Amino acid sequence: MCGIFGVMDKRRQMMDGSGIRQALSMMNERGSGEGAGYVAYGIYPDYRDCYALHVFFDNTCESKKVVDATLEQWGTIEHDEAIPTYDQPNLRVNCTPWRYFFKPDASLAPGSASAEKDIVTNLVMQINAASNGAQVVSSGKNVGAFKANGWPEDVADYFRIEDYEGYIWLAHNRYATSNPEKWERPDPFNLHDWSVVENGKITTYGTNRRYVESFGYTCSMSTDSEVITYLIDLLTRKHGLGIDLAIQAFAPPYWEEIDRMPEAEQKLNRALRFAYGSATMNGPFTVVAANPDMMVGFTDRGKLRPMVVGECGNRLYIASEETAIRAMEPGIESITRPAAGEPVIGRVAP
Amino acid sequence: MAKQVTIDAKGVHYTPLNQQIRKAIEDGADEIVVNNVLGQRFIGDGLRGNATIRVNGVAGGDLAMFMSGPTVIVNGNAEHAPGNTMDSGKVVIHGSAGDAVAHSMRGGKVFVHGDIGYRGGIHMKQYETQRPILVIGGSAQMFLGEYMAGGLLIVLGLNGAMKAREIGSGIHGGEIVIRGDVDDACLAAGAKKVPLTDEDRARIAPVIREFAGDFGLDPEPLINADYTRIVPASARPFAGKYTWE
Repeated sequence: MCGIFGVMDKRRQMMDGSGIRQALSMMNERGSGEGAGYVAYGIYPDYRDCYALHVFFDNTCESKKVVDATLEQWGTIEHDEAIPTYDQPNLRVNCTPWRYFFKPDASLAPGSASAEKDIVTNLVMQINAASNGAQVVSSGKNVGAFKANGWPEDVADYFRIEDYEGYIWLAHNRYATSNPEKWERPDPFNLHDWSVVENGKITTYGTNRRYVESFGYTCSMSTDSEVITYLIDLLTRKHGLGIDLAIQAFAPPYWEEIDRMPEAEQKLNRALRFAYGSATMNGPFTVVAANPDMMVGFTDRGKLRPMVVGECGNRLYIASEETAIRAMEPGIESITRPAAGEPVIGRVAP
Repeated sequence: MAKQVTIDAKGVHYTPLNQQIRKAIEDGADEIVVNNVLGQRFIGDGLRGNATIRVNGVAGGDLAMFMSGPTVIVNGNAEHAPGNTMDSGKVVIHGSAGDAVAHSMRGGKVFVHGDIGYRGGIHMKQYETQRPILVIGGSAQMFLGEYMAGGLLIVLGLNGAMKAREIGSGIHGGEIVIRGDVDDACLAAGAKKVPLTDEDRARIAPVIREFAGDFGLDPEPLINADYTRIVPASARPFAGKYTWE
């Protein structure tokens, strides 16, 4: 099941985390208390030029030494500190959340069109696959993910997310159906620019994973959102597709629908399906994703998971249930339920 | 004298809220007004009798599930599956509703003024005198009447073009009546179009009249409009799909 929620302010007006906490907790019935998480854009203005790495350490001695050394090989750690946390009676703490503000040395990735992001991507893959007691849970500029094994309110209070202000927030209330409970497992998943929350289960996980791993990504979390994040990064950053085409590749129209399209559209859709057959996601899902400039939402082609969209002034909301939106915005002006595979794309004003 | 009870649902979890509603009915209330509803689930579930419950706000999932007798009027939208396996009674929604409206409904009426999501009327069924009725004022989305086994499903399309495709996928009982023409390409395996006869029209007229009355619409143009009737092509649409005989 799972409950997901996203809100974006097109004019970059900041929202603290309290409203998001309230909205997500409206959908507690969609969760099982075994994981919740939040991610916000715009929370680290003082370090806006650094990549903020949120890392969960098994312990801050051995694990941290390895990460420190790895990062220092590839750039400069401008600042690092423990992420402030506040014990909650219902949350069993089993790791230490830490944050680094890191500047990669672009000269170490010569020939790359996005050298800094390539370095950060490789560092995240390397640290997460190494099983040395450290997991990077977010790695973008001015963005951070906060997650743990518990109910949304407990996780929010543990990190005191009301102390953070962002212009885009994604949140996820996990209904665990597979995978053991680990703190880094709940959504949102983040890789530098992109963050993803998902409600559902992609049945093409194996195919999608093999496909994205063939381009050098390493999936070490065994979660859908990890694969989806890497696929979005691959198609948009590496292959240069617009997000609309990327979503069309992930949740393409059925062949019968393509047959009925005008010729030019048919050509494009056939090309996408042939080129990205292994990136196509099947099974029930709703995905909400964000990067610093936009928030998007889309569902599987058969619409086996809910997605409600709200708009009010400069705010765009995407959620599993209308009530989550109304909890944060009682005077919501428009509520719609987009069709299957029909992407919702909201962009921040330039 | 009719006994009215008012309940404030603001910030109340659905369990105590539904306990309060149940208690009010046990105490003989005829009308229960529930204010400030914001997504509380399971309202009206399993209730019997003939009370009227007015829900002011957005009703949560599985509204009136297993309900047998009462009337639920929602002044707002409803989330997923209102009328789920409902037995008898009536649900009137003055807004739109989510996916799987009237899921497995087995009797009574569900009227939705606005649109509904995907899989409306999935596996509605009928037995002897039990015949559920679902009427949609706006549009329905894909897989309307999926695996439908009985009952009557009417879509009036008052807000523009009908969006449903794959209509009646696996339908093997009941009927789907849609205002206007429906493209053959929108029909799914197991469904076929037949003309709406005068007898059919006479049969659905009282239902449309009641729907129009509930939402303050003029019934005559709706009763006299052109309709497409969709029925099962066979009693076993998927015979031979999974097994060979």
